[in-house]
Amino acid sequence: MTASPAIAPLSGRNRRRHAVNNVMLTLTAVCAFVTVATLFLILAYLVYNGGKSLNFAFFTKLPLAPGETGGGMANAIVGSAEIIALATIIGIPIGFLAGIYLSEWGGKTLPFLVRYTCDLLNGVPSIVIGIFAWTIIVKPMRNFSALAGGVALSIMLIPIAARSTEQFLQEVPRSLREGSLALGASKWRTIANVIVPAARKGILTGMILGVARIAGETAPLLFTSMNNQFWSTGLSEPTASLPVMIFTHAVAPYEDWHRQAWAAGLVLLALVLAANIAARMILSRGASVPRG
Amino acid sequence: MATAPPAVLPPPSKTYSARLRGGDEVAWAITLFFASVVLAITALLVYELWIWGLPAEKKFGFGFLTSRMWNPVEEQFGALPFIYGTVLTSVIALFISVPLGVGAAIYLSELAVPKLSNSLTFLVELLAAVPSVIFGLLAIFTLVPLMRDYVEPGLKAAFGFIPLFSGPTYGVGYLTAGVILAIMTFPFIISVSREALLSVPREQREAALALGATKWESTYQVVVPFAKLGIMGSIFLGLARALGETMAVTMVIGNDPSIHASLFAPGYTIAAVIANEFTEATGNVYPAALVELGLVLFLITIVINGLARLLIIVTSGKGTAKA
Repeated sequence: MTASPAIAPLSGRNRRRHAVNNVMLTLTAVCAFVTVATLFLILAYLVYNGGKSLNFAFFTKLPLAPGETGGGMANAIVGSAEIIALATIIGIPIGFLAGIYLSEWGGKTLPFLVRYTCDLLNGVPSIVIGIFAWTIIVKPMRNFSALAGGVALSIMLIPIAARSTEQFLQEVPRSLREGSLALGASKWRTIANVIVPAARKGILTGMILGVARIAGETAPLLFTSMNNQFWSTGLSEPTASLPVMIFTHAVAPYEDWHRQAWAAGLVLLALVLAANIAARMILSRGASVPRG
Repeated sequence: MATAPPAVLPPPSKTYSARLRGGDEVAWAITLFFASVVLAITALLVYELWIWGLPAEKKFGFGFLTSRMWNPVEEQFGALPFIYGTVLTSVIALFISVPLGVGAAIYLSELAVPKLSNSLTFLVELLAAVPSVIFGLLAIFTLVPLMRDYVEPGLKAAFGFIPLFSGPTYGVGYLTAGVILAIMTFPFIISVSREALLSVPREQREAALALGATKWESTYQVVVPFAKLGIMGSIFLGLARALGETMAVTMVIGNDPSIHASLFAPGYTIAAVIANEFTEATGNVYPAALVELGLVLFLITIVINGLARLLIIVTSGKGTAKA
């Protein structure tokens, strides 16, 4: 045991207290650096393996049958974009308008209920959302489809969008609202012309974070948009997506598929992290953003 | 809307149609509609899970929850191995992530200078944004060999006399799934615990230090108890995430629908069995049993999530230093 030298005469008990102090405080620092180091190890290992596997063909070619070397995931990149765009088109407007209701039209019971339901929906495991989308879209249409995947992801996006819209609208100063209302503007004009523009940075940040989150989701797509080795010709066809491709390629026993999985992992992670960093830069003040 | 904001004089005798022309009623109705969509979706979700699970409910009743049998060929289905696997992997995850996460949160809120603390928190929150399938990918190719060749034999040599740490080491199984879940729950525990610790009033720390407490004593005996509920909330939030996590676990759990005492043994979780078997489930009862498992998972996670939110709300209402 080493007593801290700064304090001269220490009784045995105090020496022990200071030793405990030093040991425990060092341990907390170790915890912090272990957890952060995990992130760097993950990034480094993924960049190393993904970088080795990534090539131009990855972005332009279709996947090949197992055993053949080469090919790419062009269809999965386009498919992912399609599904995410669909989810955004459905999810963002619903979430945004619900968020406006939560923030701007008071009352007690209904907003509380909606807010609580949003949090509940946000906590539903993504695989359960997948089952839900399967029961309402895939089963009636008797076909796995990009549409079902888009709907599944939009159900995950709605509560995130609603809660972040609400949160940033609430931060708009009261004086701005009162100023507009005092000038004779109606309530919805105040919302449309004053409050929402004042909160636009925050809302945009929330939306980007939400879309980035659903972009990496795999479980809701497994039995909605499923997978496809070829180009899908429409929204009602099974459609390949990057996350599902990573899953199927990683668990398959073929060496070359693993290479493709690493490349796809790198592309997906780069997109998701870029969106996250961009979103935080838009909201320049403070590095910490509450997650939806 | 009946109540005009206080800054505006009540407009004299506006009729309903005049207010409608002003647009407020329309805007209110539109946003109300979309807010109700959220309620409708959630209600429909519960309804659909219930309806599609009915064949399994009728056939097995509550015995579904306690049966250990999972035999698609003979249409015998029981949820117990999956509930066991889900709970066990989550408990392993919390065993690892709670000490590390809370320790890191203490460092970030109490010791680190604000600049370091903010940038480390930023990195930790980026860790939360990494898609779970990527954790799975890394787990298959790095964690599984590592566990099989070093960690599990090491544990077996040291604690082999306990049934938990005995048996053959495959690399895939409960322990590996628990470790990857631990890494995935860190960010939640760290960022929510840190907020709870930061919301402890400064006077509490100063009073303890003035009484002669060391920094650690002030932290451990004063600050942490003050933020106790918030830290509990962060743990429940992490738990809810671990219970519902699908992809990373599916890739390393080993896919064995039976119950093993050994942590090294391959097992199965609720989310993993749905992910693996749903597309190939044929007949009437098989898909229903899987939907029923989904309903069980849904109920478990909403209870845990509800507890977490409650605890977080209670603490953030109490704290004063929160910006």
